[in-house]
Amino acid sequence: MEHTIISTEKFNAYFGDNHVVKDVTMTIPKNTVIAVMGPSGCGKTTFLRCINRMHELLPGARAAGKMTLNNEDIYDMHPIFVRLKIGMVFQRPNPFPNLSIYDNVIAGYKLNGIKLSKADRDNIVESSLSKAALWKEVKDTLHKKGTFLSGGQQQRLCIARAIAMEPEVLLLDEPTSALDPISTASVEELLFDLKKNYTLVIVTHNMQQAARVSEKTAFFYMGELVEYDDTKMMFTSPKDTRTQNYITGRFS
Amino acid sequence: MDPHVKYRLGKSNGFKALIIILAFMCVIPLLAILAYIIQAGATKINWHFLTNIPKPVGETGGGIANALLGSLMMVAVAAIIAIPVGILSGIYLSENKNSKLAYWSRLSVDILQGVPSIVIGIVAYFWLVKPLGGFSALSGSIALSIMMLPIVVRSTEETLKLLPPSLKEAALALGMPYHRVILKVVLPCGISGILSGVMLSIARVAGETAPLLFTAFGNPYLNADMRKPMQSLPLLIFNYATSPYNDWHDLAWGASLILLAWVLLLNISTKLITRRWNIQL
Repeated sequence: MEHTIISTEKFNAYFGDNHVVKDVTMTIPKNTVIAVMGPSGCGKTTFLRCINRMHELLPGARAAGKMTLNNEDIYDMHPIFVRLKIGMVFQRPNPFPNLSIYDNVIAGYKLNGIKLSKADRDNIVESSLSKAALWKEVKDTLHKKGTFLSGGQQQRLCIARAIAMEPEVLLLDEPTSALDPISTASVEELLFDLKKNYTLVIVTHNMQQAARVSEKTAFFYMGELVEYDDTKMMFTSPKDTRTQNYITGRFS
Repeated sequence: MDPHVKYRLGKSNGFKALIIILAFMCVIPLLAILAYIIQAGATKINWHFLTNIPKPVGETGGGIANALLGSLMMVAVAAIIAIPVGILSGIYLSENKNSKLAYWSRLSVDILQGVPSIVIGIVAYFWLVKPLGGFSALSGSIALSIMMLPIVVRSTEETLKLLPPSLKEAALALGMPYHRVILKVVLPCGISGILSGVMLSIARVAGETAPLLFTAFGNPYLNADMRKPMQSLPLLIFNYATSPYNDWHDLAWGASLILLAWVLLLNISTKLITRRWNIQL
């Protein structure tokens, strides 16, 4: 049996009185790509943001229940350590506008005050950018500002920035929704390569994307985890009628 | 052409002309003041004028070195007091938009901005000058710093509010502790707006007379001791321009030009800084 990296048990999340994630129980095996899909407002992004404890930063937000990373309760750890181990890529590319491409990649070290030798820094920058399939495009302009890149390149820069910290899990919140189809294709290709080293959880609106990149898919509806299965099973023979309706486009 | 369309075009052209004329009218007062002061003051200014203190009545020559040094020192000390407090409160206000403390502190800052400078001068007199037993440059600096505070606070707050929340999220998601998020990401990204607020606040208080009337008081001699009365450019202009002596009037004109140049320079460099350091989000 594959090794479980993240597991939740009756996990709930709220915005004030609004119950947005309801009793979610799921396990995420190591080195897989998990797609989380569902209609807008179904709680999938909130669930993702609970995994690295970004949810609680919003006013009125709170979470309850059990969620573990390598059998350690995430909600007993300090959020800073959680976020060092679980990286995140956001919907819109958000490189630091005041930093160069080079500094953006090592931002997690540089801005956290972690001292590195010049050689280490160069290594991390090159290997992270290579893993993010961006090295060839930017190796001659490393000292330009990250915001000069195109949207797709910026998103890959954000992925490089996240994996530079060597996290165990990478959370991606609709990473391609702000990108054009060509950039989307290059980011998807990249996700495929990344699962060798990381566990990826990707929230997506796009069913084709879920089908293309993931091995397992979780379907959220109205805050509940309706179905969680191998992606192939999910798209060929969904067990729940709600999943079936969503996949066949009967509601959005 | 259809007369109705013609009429509407005419109306729209008339409106355009009106706003152009009005926009131009905003420029006239500044140009007029500049021209007048340059004409009256430019001939008075030379090295001697900048490096000597005023001569007694009846003697020609003399300069404004005491006022220049006093203004620089008092504004510098006021800035040292007001800038850290102002920037930190601005950070608090932008970070905690809806807390009770933010509400009251924002309100107080707004009201403080509207308090007449003469009132701040009088209050400083009763709170600082009287208990300390005499006029002092330090009490003047504190009065000036109170005037600077609202400008720094509000410009910091407004600048930081405009930064996208995704920026902070990016930093937090990398496991950065809160203080580093603020110091290493939020502040550097808002630096141009904050700096321009600081510069404008300095330009604003450099020409203030009222808060200094009862605090720094003025001093005809060169003094660099913050515990003693000190001259400043606006005080010198006020005292010498209202005197009956022509020599002193000349000093006041020269000092006016220096003060105006100082303020203009600050405003222009603010524009340059904003352009140079602006960070494309």
